[in-house]
This record gives sequence, structure tokens and C-alpha cells, in this order.
Amino acid sequence: MAKRKGSAEATKKKLVGLANAVVRDIRDEVDPSVAIPSRSLGNVNFNEKKSIIELGDQKQQRELFNVGHARKFMQTFLVASACKELIDQGKTTSIRDLYYMTKHSLGNTRQNTFEGQEESDPIIEDLEVTIDTLREELNLFASNRGSMVGPLTVVDSGDTIDLRRMGSGGWSVPSIVEDHVIQFRKCEAKYVLLVEKDAVWRRLNEDKFWTHAKCLLLHSQGMAPRGVRRLIYRMHHELKLPIYVLVDNDPWGFYIYSVLKQGSINLAYESVRMAVPAARFIGLSSMDMERFDLPNNVTMKLNDQDIQRAKQMLDYPWFNKRTWQREIRTMLRNKVKLELEALSSRGISFISEEYLPQKLKDKQWLA
Amino acid sequence: MSSSGQLSLLCADTTTERSRPKAVAPKRVTKQEPTPPAPEKAPRAPRAKKTHRLSAEAMAAQQREISVSEFFTKNRHLLGFDNPAKALLTTVKEAVDNSLDACEEAGILPSLTIMLQEVTDDRYRVVVEDNGPGIVKQQIPKIFGKLLYGSKFHRLKQSRGQQGIGISAAGMYGQLTTGKAVVITSRTSPTRPANQFEIVLNTRKNQPEIIVERQIEWQVEHGTRVEIELQGTYKAGRNSVDAYLEQVAIANPHAKMSYVPPKGKTPLHLPRATDDMPPEPGEIKPHPYGVELGMLMKLLKESKNRSLAGTLQHDFSRVTSRVAEQICEVASVRPKASPRTLTLAEIERLYQAIPKVKIMAPQTSCVVPIGEELIRRGLEREIKADLYVSATRPPSVYRGNPFRIEVGLAYGGELRSETEDDEGLLELKNGDRSQGPITLIRFANRVPLQYQQSACSIFKAVTDTNWKPYGLAQPRGGLPHGPMVLLVHVASVWVPFTSESKEAIAHYPEIIKEIKLGLRECGRKLSSYLRRQERDKLQAKRRGIFEVYVGELVASLVKLTGADQKRLHTQLLGMAQKHTGGEEAAAQADLRSSRPDGALRDTAAQIALDENGQLPPDEEEAEQVPAKPGRSAKGRGAKKKKVVRKTKKKGQRG
Repeated sequence: MAKRKGSAEATKKKLVGLANAVVRDIRDEVDPSVAIPSRSLGNVNFNEKKSIIELGDQKQQRELFNVGHARKFMQTFLVASACKELIDQGKTTSIRDLYYMTKHSLGNTRQNTFEGQEESDPIIEDLEVTIDTLREELNLFASNRGSMVGPLTVVDSGDTIDLRRMGSGGWSVPSIVEDHVIQFRKCEAKYVLLVEKDAVWRRLNEDKFWTHAKCLLLHSQGMAPRGVRRLIYRMHHELKLPIYVLVDNDPWGFYIYSVLKQGSINLAYESVRMAVPAARFIGLSSMDMERFDLPNNVTMKLNDQDIQRAKQMLDYPWFNKRTWQREIRTMLRNKVKLELEALSSRGISFISEEYLPQKLKDKQWLA
Repeated sequence: MSSSGQLSLLCADTTTERSRPKAVAPKRVTKQEPTPPAPEKAPRAPRAKKTHRLSAEAMAAQQREISVSEFFTKNRHLLGFDNPAKALLTTVKEAVDNSLDACEEAGILPSLTIMLQEVTDDRYRVVVEDNGPGIVKQQIPKIFGKLLYGSKFHRLKQSRGQQGIGISAAGMYGQLTTGKAVVITSRTSPTRPANQFEIVLNTRKNQPEIIVERQIEWQVEHGTRVEIELQGTYKAGRNSVDAYLEQVAIANPHAKMSYVPPKGKTPLHLPRATDDMPPEPGEIKPHPYGVELGMLMKLLKESKNRSLAGTLQHDFSRVTSRVAEQICEVASVRPKASPRTLTLAEIERLYQAIPKVKIMAPQTSCVVPIGEELIRRGLEREIKADLYVSATRPPSVYRGNPFRIEVGLAYGGELRSETEDDEGLLELKNGDRSQGPITLIRFANRVPLQYQQSACSIFKAVTDTNWKPYGLAQPRGGLPHGPMVLLVHVASVWVPFTSESKEAIAHYPEIIKEIKLGLRECGRKLSSYLRRQERDKLQAKRRGIFEVYVGELVASLVKLTGADQKRLHTQLLGMAQKHTGGEEAAAQADLRSSRPDGALRDTAAQIALDENGQLPPDEEEAEQVPAKPGRSAKGRGAKKKKVVRKTKKKGQRG
């Protein structure tokens, strides 16, 4: 807890520092402005060495006395003061909550400080990058998504939880998984398996796949939320576990894997503490069709969007590997995609009893 | 009956006369003559066949003098008595013109009372009373009972009346339609008795016939009262007596008027806007520029001067001995030559020499403008607008007559968004749904012109001017659109009307050019106002944005840093003001709360877009409300209320 307090104090200091700079500007009759790192595609680079997506150095000057910036300027400090309040009170809240906390009408106009959550969410991200802090450090969280089971004991907000005894639902991964909230205790797992889909995760949990495979079984319900990503990062680095990712065989699945591995464009500033470049793609591969003798009728045709997306991926520097190029090209050639559930055509437990063990044994993954 | 053909031949109505033979002639003549017959030749063809119709002697028996009164009896439309509604207005107009002229010539600040009494549905009694100098007893019958009798025709001096037809024609019209005599009461001084006459006009002889003549008790110290009963109809609207008097008030801010309308409507009191009499217009001699050859010949022939140079110097304005010599030199005519013995060739050379010599513009004193200041005050008195602009042009000359153009305009304010209505008093101020055409009011020597707008050179000058650069929409070849009243005043020693009814000014290029220059002068002021208004609105909007956010920002900053809230807030507001054009602009923008005009809305919309891409609510509403065609019952009710309010206000002032 002491550590937590320290980090909270540091965050608070950053928030107050940002405000003090503006107050100083006003005293000196200088037009107040805030430099905000640009989060646009143009300011995102792929760091080949670290193999992650990083935010560039471009900054945007947000000025109060600019008709186009004034509103956002005000909102930035509104969110900052709300976060300071949260830290002062030692409470955490959801970003939706924050939206309601800070929403009120402006003076006697018909305008509100925020007209919708889609207006407040980017402001939070702006604030994160500006003072180089994390959403979690601002005591904000997103809604919980993702569950985990496996041979690991964690301490979650002081409660010791044995993740082997989580029933059918698993342990819900909280949005904030920083070490002041989650501490790892005993770990007997050999690797982490992240599944894209809740349904597949259920199948594997029911079959107790994780017991004999000695793995931590995690699902992300689609695109991995920050909590899940941060947890994977911590498990990879603190528990030294390899990460395997099992997603649908379609461009979207590839993208989920890519975000886990290199980070996303929108949260490029978080890549350093979330991206796991060593994460391995275990399936579904476009080659699995032949390899596992799946019937033709389980495939789905790629739609135009899929094709477009796959073509874009060919150009991503982080997919610029021979193996990945072959993978994507095969998909484009076959013009079909596969869902994880397609494996059930070979039997309900085919995935846990044959597919995964086979793949792991043959080291048929991509990195 | 028999004289009708002759009469129409004599009066300008030659078109029918000529078209008749033309229609017949081609049938019979085309065989012999391949080319169309000349107009002179054509009438002969039918006549040759029908020799039995009339001999020259027989025709001579029918040829006799036509009295002017007789002529106008048959052509009353030439004097503005074409229909009952117009007749009523013309009668009021002639009486008011005479009264104002008389007062001004005597140096008396005019106070007029105008009454319209309804006798029957289509019969009205017009009573106009002034505080003028009165009329000498002997002159009364002639002035009111004889056409073309007056003091204003034979001189070059700016006045409302010109020909000496107006009031006697009105009396004649009344007499023709109702059989009632004109009643005139006049008193020249408190020490003299007041004389009352009842006069009818003998149309054959153009002579007054006195029916009753008496002395009466009259409480008025000096002045004249004219009563004419005539067939007429009282109508509200743009061409009503009510609208006319309001316009008279604009152009005559020194006149006080009380108006008692018929049908029990509330009397209207129009107080003076100034107690200063307009300067007395001077009488002048013709100016050499623009004098026509025939006129020059006549002036030289009639000259009493011995030398040509002397004639030029004394019978024309602004000709000095130097100028006279120059003219003679350029024309190669001896300055000492006798003006009466000059040959036609010499006169023609003189005529051509005049434009080559630089001659001063005619005296300004002879044409008296209303004045920029008083035009604005006149407009302010009658119209509630945001902007009043006026321009008085320097004098100019057409056909040797000096004239001055004045332009005034009122923009915005109540001219905006009012719906159309039949209420006469307000008609002046509308036609002004902000998208509709502007209201043009025309004056000639301070007299409002209400009919034949499109035949008038003022209208031509306005429609020929491109108003778009000045911020008004304008359909091709039409009046500009916008919440605006445009006033144009032509003052001249002789206003060239297109007809005796004095409804439209003839298209003299010099006059049109000057009007256009005046319009542009006002247009520039209007556009700079509109731009300033836009800029201020923009700044106000920006300031509004800043001010709203500054409050919020300060609250957050205080929470974060614990800084002094008040100090921070004042400092930020000060900075915001600096960024939006300073305090002055702020104060101005606060005063003006008007909305932008359609033409300029685009720029406004650009600024109005805040981060949400939303327009402020009032802007949106303005966008959605289209120009309302027709008049709704609701609009009518609202307008009625306004009339009451307005007259009340006037009553208080008066």
C-alpha cells in the first residue's frame, strides 16, 4: 500500500503541476496553453528494435484563446480536477462515471461541459499522455472484461484467490491490475493461453484443459481490454511465462494478436507497459484447414472489408516477416476465414484434446 | 360631341389618330407602292376617296380655342385624379404642398392640420389648414379658381409647387364630382379680418366664380384653410394619405402636422424634429452648362444688354467677365457684338464653346437640401432602425438647372421580421420581411412621390446600382432585398417630372448619375456597418465562448492548485476581452442584439460552429424560418397591437 500511496502522490503532483503552469501563464499574462502529444496515426512509429508501436514526439499546443481549442482546454482541466479529487478520496471509478461526475451545464447556456462520453474519453487519453501517467494511476478504470483460470494464486485488493477454484466463470480480470491491486503468489503454470472467445474459453475450462496443460487460461472477449493486456504483460515479465494467443482465422483475429504483441495506434503511449513482442500466435492458422483435415463447409467467405484489411496488414512492418506474409497471403488466396468454433466440426473437445496439444507439441506457432 | 375629335387631335393623343389610317392604308396602297407609305402620305389616301366628309371651311368653323380648364377636365389623369383613391391623396398633397411652400416663403415654421371627413362612402371632405402668411383677399379667387395661375412658374427657384395647377385642379375635380364649391378661409394678420370664399371654377373660361364671400370670426391669427369636398375613397396602404403624411414628416423635419383620419381612427400628431427653418432657396439665372440651343437663342434675342459678353455675364449664373471672354474667344465671336444681331452660325459656335470653358457649378444656395443630419433625424423619427445613414451630394446641373441629390437609408431594427400588413401607417416600415425588397421612398423638393415608382429615374438609379457589394441581396434588375428603407430626395429649382401629376422624375442622365453616386456613398457606409456588425458578432461569439469556458476552467484550476479564484477569473476575462477586440467592441456588441442578414450568414455560420459542430439555438431558428409569404392572422393581430403602441408614443411626444 505504501507504494501505491507513493505513486498516487506522484500522479497528483503531475496534475497539480500541469495546472500550476497554466496559473503561472495567466499571472504573467501569457496565453495559457498545454502541449499534448499527438495521438494521431501520423505520430505513431514502429520501433523495430523493441518491436512495439511507439508514440512519436509530435505535440499539439492546446490554447485557451483559440475558439477551436477553448472547449477542450477547459475539459482537460475539468477531468484533471476530477481525477485529483478521486486520488484525494482514494476512490476509483469508471470512465463513464467520470463523464457523469464532470458533466454539468455551462453557466446559463444550453451547453454542457461534455455532451457525451465520446467527448470525455479522448480527453482522458489526452491527459494520460500529457502528464505521462496511466489511466489506472488516475484512479479510472474501464468496465471489466475477460476471465482467467489456472494454477496461480493472486492477491486481489487484499483477498487471496486461488485461480484453480474459480468454478465455471473464472476470475474476472479487473481493469486495474497494477501491483498495488494485484500481486502474484504461487504459480505452477508453464505458459499463458489467451483465447479470443468466451465460448471457446468455456469449452477449455470445462474440459479442464489448463490442469494437465499447466497453463493459465485467459479470454479477452474480442479485442483485449487494458486490464487483460496489462496482466499479460506482468505475467510475461514477472512470472516469465510465454504467451500464446488463440484467435479466429480472420484479419480481425490477426489484429487482436498484433495489438497484444506490438500495441495499438490509439494507445501507442501504453505500448511500453502493455505490448508483449514475444507473444506467440498459435492459431487459427490458414494452414490448419489442411493440417487438421477440416471440412470445407466450415469456412466462411472473406468479405470486402476483410480483404481490404488483410491487404493493409501485409504492409504493416510488424507483419513483415516471411511466415506472416505467407499466412496472410494464404488467407487472401483461399478467400476464406475460419472461426475457432469450426474446430468443433471434428468433435466437441477436438480443440482441447487434439488441436492445442498437437500445435504446442509441434511448435506450430508464429511469432 | 363634335369637338371631341378636334380636342384629341390637339392634345398629345396623336397615336390613335395616326394608327387609324395606317391600319387602312396598307390594304389599298400596297399594290401601287411597294415600300410602306410615309406617315404624311397615308392619311391622304382615304381622304381622297371621301371628299364629301369635311371641307377646310367646315373644319375651320369648328376650330376654336380650348380652355386649359376644359382640357384638364377631360384629362384629369394627367393631374393625378385617375381614380377616387388617388384623387383623395392628390387633393391632400396639393393643399399640403401649397401650405408648406407658403409658410417657408414667409419664414414661418409650418404647423398644419389635415382632416379627412367621411361624407358618404365615396365622398370625402378634405380640410387643410396652415399657419402661413395667408392670402390677400383679391388673390384668393384666382389662386383657387383658375388653372395655371401662380407665382412659381416663371422663376427658377426650388419650391414644391411649380405650375400653378395643383390646388385649383383639386377644387375643379371636387366641383365636377360633387358639385360643391371650394371653401377658402384666409387671414393675413391678426389685425385684419378673416375672409371666407366659396368658389367654383368656370371651366370654359378658366375663370373663378365667387358664390359666397364673407368675413368671419376666426381664431387663427394668420393662415389659410382650404376645404374641398370630392368623390374619393380612403384606402390604407403604401399609397395612402397616412403613408404620404409620414413621408412628408421625414422630408420636412421642421413641419408640425396634425392629422385627423376618417372612420374614427386615432388622430396622428407629427411633432417637429427641428426648430430651424430650412434656408430660403435663392432664385437663379440659368447656368450655361446644359442650356439648349433654342434656349440660348431666345435668351440672346431677349437680352437687354448691349454686348454679348455682358449678356453672358448677366443673364447666366456663374459667368464672370473672364468666363464670358473665354466663351467668346473659343467661339470666335466678338465679345462686344450685339447679342440680338448674332447669326445662327455664331450662336451655334457659342453653344459649342460653352462646354469647353470651365465654369463654376451653380450656387448651392439656390437649391436647399434637407441636410444629412436632418434626413437621419427624419428617418429616426418615423422608423426604428439600427443604422441611419445619409449623404447630400454637391450640387450638379442638368439642362442649366442646378439640382442636388440626397440619399438616406435606415437599416435593420424594427424593419426586420415584421409581417406585411394593410395598416397604412406602418406600411412605410414594412415590405420589409428581412428577405423582401427594400422600401424606396422618393422625394422631389421635399414632396413624397407615391405613384409610378418604376417610371421614375430614382427607381432606375436604385435598380441599376449593384447592391451586392454593399451586403444586400438583389434580384436581377430589381430593388435590393433587405430590412431597409431607402430615401432619395431630388431638390432642384425645376424638377423635371414626366407629367403634370408629378409622380415620376424624368430620366436625365445627369440626375441618374448623381443619384447613383449618392446611393454608393450610403451603400459604402451600409456595407462597412454590416461588416463591422458581423465582426462584432463574431468577436462577441468568441468572447461568449471564452467567457463560458473561463468560468469553468477557473473552477478546475482552483480545485487543482488552490489559487485565488477571483484574481484568476478577472485576469482571464481581461485576457479574453483583449483577444476579442477590446472593451469597446464588447460594449458595442452588447448594445446590438440583432441577427445577421441572409447575405452575411455564411461567415457567421463558420464561426458559430463550436466543437460539436452545433450552432447556437437562435442561429438555428433563424435558419429555419423562411421568408413568410402572405400574412397570417397571428401576424395581423401582433401588428395591430404595435399600431396602438406607436400612436401612444407619438401622442406623448406631441
